[in-house]
Amino acid sequence: MARAIIQVPARAKRGDILELRALIGHVMETGFRRTESGALVPRDIIRQLVCTYNGIEVFRADFHPAIAANPLISFTTVATESGKMEFRWTGDNDFSATESAPITVE
Amino acid sequence: MQNDDATNPAMLWVLDGEALWGRRTGAADKACADCHQGMQGVAARYPALHSEKLVNLDQRINLCRTEQQKAPALQLESRELLALSAYIGRQSRGLPIDIAESEQAKPFLDSGRAAFNRRQGQLNLSCTQCHVGLAGNKLAGNPIPQAHPTGYPIYRLEWQGLGSLQRRLRNCMIGVRAEPYAYGSPEFVELEYYLMWRARGMKLETPAVRP
Ligand code: HEC
Ligand code: HEC
Repeated sequence: MARAIIQVPARAKRGDILELRALIGHVMETGFRRTESGALVPRDIIRQLVCTYNGIEVFRADFHPAIAANPLISFTTVATESGKMEFRWTGDNDFSATESAPITVE
Repeated sequence: MQNDDATNPAMLWVLDGEALWGRRTGAADKACADCHQGMQGVAARYPALHSEKLVNLDQRINLCRTEQQKAPALQLESRELLALSAYIGRQSRGLPIDIAESEQAKPFLDSGRAAFNRRQGQLNLSCTQCHVGLAGNKLAGNPIPQAHPTGYPIYRLEWQGLGSLQRRLRNCMIGVRAEPYAYGSPEFVELEYYLMWRARGMKLETPAVRP
């Protein structure tokens, strides 16, 4: 099971700039490494993180093999209305994980 | 990064540890949580004597696995064992290291101290030479610390994962081209014990983040 830790402010004022953080456990195997016997270790990385705010996409990042294991992404968005912030990671080998948090905007 | 639970990657292991803590397993079908309340202060007291044997926290956890849960011992350095020790260790964050001194434990302390002071490996260096004599200087661009094991298990960026104090010590031994002790060997636990005694009074910061 994937493990993720997200940080979303519980409450904010309309117009505030919110700092959001998303940390997820993942090996991020590059696909360039070899075992001791010379066999290539197949690539296994997260390809994308998408963050939606009440269903509207506010942030998207494409991941590449040079990103370290257990990637942490931090970004900002503007507080517009109360609702739900949802993070969705997808990647190789049908990897998929979702985490969400509520936010109150007044 | 280390002190913020939302950015410390070791928290991923702490969450796993919390889940394992509550999971029933073994022939006894018991969870850690069935017998224990919290583990505050426990990590600050290990390694410690257990029926005349010196054991570190990982070994103490495994004693409960085999004797209480009637389950197979977890492999040293396995994800599960690191998760449990990170979960237990974090409950002592901020508490001073509190290693008891006793007549009974003195031979172990002496043996750990002797290992710390002994020159070893092809480079013929002792731990003391770097960690006391040259602490604060640099080795290949890295600051040489005083070797106080205040944050184990640690998330090391170089490992891209969590590792025990013994894994860290293996790196230092391989660095001087010595043959590292085997995981869980008495020599390793004695060295750990001496290091924790030497750091007594310092606050635990488990799970720490290191380069
Ligand atoms: C059936 C009951 C039982 C279960 C299940 C059990 N323990 Fe224990 N545990 C004990 C007893 C009894 C002691 C000894 C208490 C003492 O010395 O005060 C102990 C001691 C310990 C200690 C040392 C505490 C100290 O103060 O030095 C640790 C650490 C520990 N257990 C961890 C675990 C973990 C982790 C698990 C699950 C993997 C677990 N235990 C499962 C009964 C249990
Ligand atoms: C050649 C110098 C050198 C020798 C000899 C050496 N170390 Fe180290 N040690 C280092 C350096 C440099 C670091 C920090 C590495 C880093 O930050 O990546 C370190 C890190 C450590 C740490 C981690 C401290 C922390 O903050 O987590 C411990 C503990 C340690 N060493 C113990 C030992 C022990 C025990 C020995 C003897 C078996 C030893 N070292 C021998 C250079 C040395």
